[in-house]
Amino acid sequence: MEVPILKQGNVLIATFQAALSDADLSQLRSGLVQQVVRFRSRGVIVDVTAMDVMDSFASRTLREIAHMIRLRGAETVIVGIQPEVAFAMVQLGLTLEGVATALDLEEGLAYLNQKFKKMK
Amino acid sequence: MAKRETNTATPEPKRNEEPSELLRELVAHLRQNRTQLREEWVARISETRLLTAMTKDEIFAEATSVYDSYVEALETETFEALQAYARNLSERIIPRGVETHEVVGIVLLLRDVLARSLFAKYQNDFKKLNRILDAYEPAANRIANTVAVGFVQERERVIRQQQEAIRELSTPVLQVRERLLILPIIGVIDPQRARQLTEQLLRGIRTNRAKVVVIDITGVAAMDATVANHLVQTVEASRLLGANVIVTGLSPEIAQTLVTIGIDLGKMNTVGDLQGGIEQAERLLGYKVMSLSEAEPS
Repeated sequence: MEVPILKQGNVLIATFQAALSDADLSQLRSGLVQQVVRFRSRGVIVDVTAMDVMDSFASRTLREIAHMIRLRGAETVIVGIQPEVAFAMVQLGLTLEGVATALDLEEGLAYLNQKFKKMK
Repeated sequence: MAKRETNTATPEPKRNEEPSELLRELVAHLRQNRTQLREEWVARISETRLLTAMTKDEIFAEATSVYDSYVEALETETFEALQAYARNLSERIIPRGVETHEVVGIVLLLRDVLARSLFAKYQNDFKKLNRILDAYEPAANRIANTVAVGFVQERERVIRQQQEAIRELSTPVLQVRERLLILPIIGVIDPQRARQLTEQLLRGIRTNRAKVVVIDITGVAAMDATVANHLVQTVEASRLLGANVIVTGLSPEIAQTLVTIGIDLGKMNTVGDLQGGIEQAERLLGYKVMSLSEAEPS
């Protein structure tokens, strides 16, 4: 199942569905990295609210997305990690170091807007 | 419980004289002398100053029912009724402060009183006395065991219940300002409580849409490596939900322990006391607290 990438102003939004295969994740990664420059976006939000399990591949992909997007000149924020998922991830040592996180989509947008303001 | 009883029952060797026959004789004897033996037992109880939390009448009433259940257990060789009675009795007397040694004490006293009466009855027929005691002793020991275990189990149940209640009371997640939560931790943190704290905090972050959390551990006297690691994990998990965590009130002892055992606190934002923590949280949230006179200079 392909993850849709929505464009909202100067931000790209990708929303995860419940069950994503490793191939879907890799596809999302390359899709985001390509489109962020094509649309001249300054921020990317990855919404993982629907995910009730986060394995090591998924969390590594999220970290890779964030680092690649930064190299392409934009900011990434991961939003909507569930409390149980968050604690399970930390126990597995998947802490998404160096990646910005926010509670939900709204918070993520607020975070990015603040960042953009600072950069001006 | 029931399983263990059947286990202990099986290795008992079958004696050549039918023990059930002897038990029946024994039970008849105990029924006949019910009043006298019961009074003797109650006298022994008050003599040894057991059950001081109960009045004399209460002791007598309980003693009567214990005596009857005891004889019944001897007669039927089933312990369920006695077990149920022991649990019921424990439920009633535990809140009044009756101790384990008292309950075990009175059952052992009853065993002794009955054994004495058997000695008195069969003192002329030594062989018969021996056989009667062979039948009586294992049964009596099992009864004592059942009652004591029942009492202890009931006590443990009460303790567990209370622990649960205390635990629920002791982990409040409080909102002090829009998007600012405080989690004051007081007392001993064991791994179970630590897990519960984390769950409540993460849920609280979600429901209150918190951006900053102040965890105050002024009231925590000691912390071991497991709990410290758990704290670090909680901080990281909160960050994944988009909340900043400030830890305040680390005591000198805890600071020393954490550094000595080499816990990496680099990721943790620590402030000396709760006030400082709240001030920093307000800065993070963009609040500025000032006195009214400062705000409107007239």
